[in-house]
Amino acid sequence: MLWGSPQRRRGHPKRIEALHGLGGESKRRRCAINEIWEGIKQAALLLWHLDPEVMHIVAVSLRVSGTALLLSAAIGIPLGAWLGFSRFVGRRLVVALLYTGMGLPPVVVGLFVYLLLSQSGPLGSLNAAWIPRLFTVGAMVVAQVIISFPLVAGFTMAAVKGVDPSLRQQLISLGATEWQATLAVLREARFGVIVSVIAGFGSIISEVGAVMLVGGNIEGSTRVLTTAIVLETRRGNFSLAIALALILLSLSFLSNILMLRLQGKTA
Amino acid sequence: MSDWVYMGEGLRVTYGRRTVLRVDELTVRAGNLLGIVGPSGAGKSTLLRVLALLEPPTEGVLYFGGSSEPVRWPPPLDVRRRVTMVFQRPLLLSDSVFRNVAYGLRARGSDNVRPRVEQALEMVGLAHMAHAAAHTLSGGELQRVALARALVLEPDVLLLDEPTANLDPYNVSVIEEALKRLRHHNHTTIVLVTHNVFQARRLADRVMFLLDGECVEAADAETFFESPKDPRTRAFVRGEMVY
Repeated sequence: MLWGSPQRRRGHPKRIEALHGLGGESKRRRCAINEIWEGIKQAALLLWHLDPEVMHIVAVSLRVSGTALLLSAAIGIPLGAWLGFSRFVGRRLVVALLYTGMGLPPVVVGLFVYLLLSQSGPLGSLNAAWIPRLFTVGAMVVAQVIISFPLVAGFTMAAVKGVDPSLRQQLISLGATEWQATLAVLREARFGVIVSVIAGFGSIISEVGAVMLVGGNIEGSTRVLTTAIVLETRRGNFSLAIALALILLSLSFLSNILMLRLQGKTA
Repeated sequence: MSDWVYMGEGLRVTYGRRTVLRVDELTVRAGNLLGIVGPSGAGKSTLLRVLALLEPPTEGVLYFGGSSEPVRWPPPLDVRRRVTMVFQRPLLLSDSVFRNVAYGLRARGSDNVRPRVEQALEMVGLAHMAHAAAHTLSGGELQRVALARALVLEPDVLLLDEPTANLDPYNVSVIEEALKRLRHHNHTTIVLVTHNVFQARRLADRVMFLLDGECVEAADAETFFESPKDPRTRAFVRGEMVY
């Protein structure tokens, strides 16, 4: 198995030596290029052999970020649409809070969720079945939803606001119910709504701070691509880290292609 | 159905401190075409939005469809669906012409959508453009699609806000012919807002003149154009009003 070989666990001492040694600038650059090349080859091999450990990590990544994205879209799209359509006292405050949420540092979210879910935390101490435990996939999903739903809501709100408000009134005058008119306007704003989902996905598939804190990077359980990259880089397994990074980038690329298809011809 | 469709008493619409509409008395008879004329900013579109049941008057009561009860706000869906409005600047969905015209029928869950849409497009002379994308239409075609998507619903009341503004004579005549056919075949009540006195003269049974949000004069078309009582109406009809 490629993943567990002793050579890989030890890293590549010669290359590390070369990186930090007295080889000079050009030698270091050559070594870095070699690492990238090795990484590409290794990524191909890992994928070709369907390395079970790598496949597990990819599956956990997709499961965590996919579930979090679905939940974020379920919360964020209606919230964004509502903020885009409605006028109420305190709307500006809600929007300001949402914009703040769009820039939340993942590690801060991780810390917050960690404290909430820890045994002595306000939620963790309840020991209720519906509250996910720390260092589980559930806890990682909670953290990622908090990171991505403000992005989905914020961009959806902007997209809905970009549609001429008269359209809604015109559809209502054609006999549409409020709900039907809302759906039609969302459909008109679909380009922006899909961008909101893409932004939400990008923010969570690539984040490391929150999943590291609340997931714990446990092998075979909560290890995802980003935390595995951190681990392998620390171990000096640069080729493997690069291989995982390339898999992560490819996943992100493929998901975005999929979502762009949803935008249809407008994209 | 009773002989009137709208009756309004003491209608006022105020935005902030500004009163944009003051109509003390309003009656629209069933099957009639009421022309609302006046210069830009006279409150014509505001009155039309109130009649479309899209906006409540700030003050006053409005009765609709012969009911002895004033209109409740927001109006119930079945009441609202008896009225359809064509806006001055129509916005279409980024979809085909067919689907745009079918929108109101599909919102109602109606049957026989295809033949009805085709008939409506026929009325405005756009049967051949059913599958064209909405964004490829010219201004005149867009306005005709907007009329078709209202006609297809066969509403009791059709409200039109400057439906022929900025259109060439051909498009104007297509729309006016469609309105005439609608009146004769369906006996639809029509309220037509226009700043074009000649159009009002060609089409209207009754004319109301709005100026600065106030109803200056309302009379049968013949009286309105031949012997207007108010000197301001006289000036407007003769094209002498400077505004």
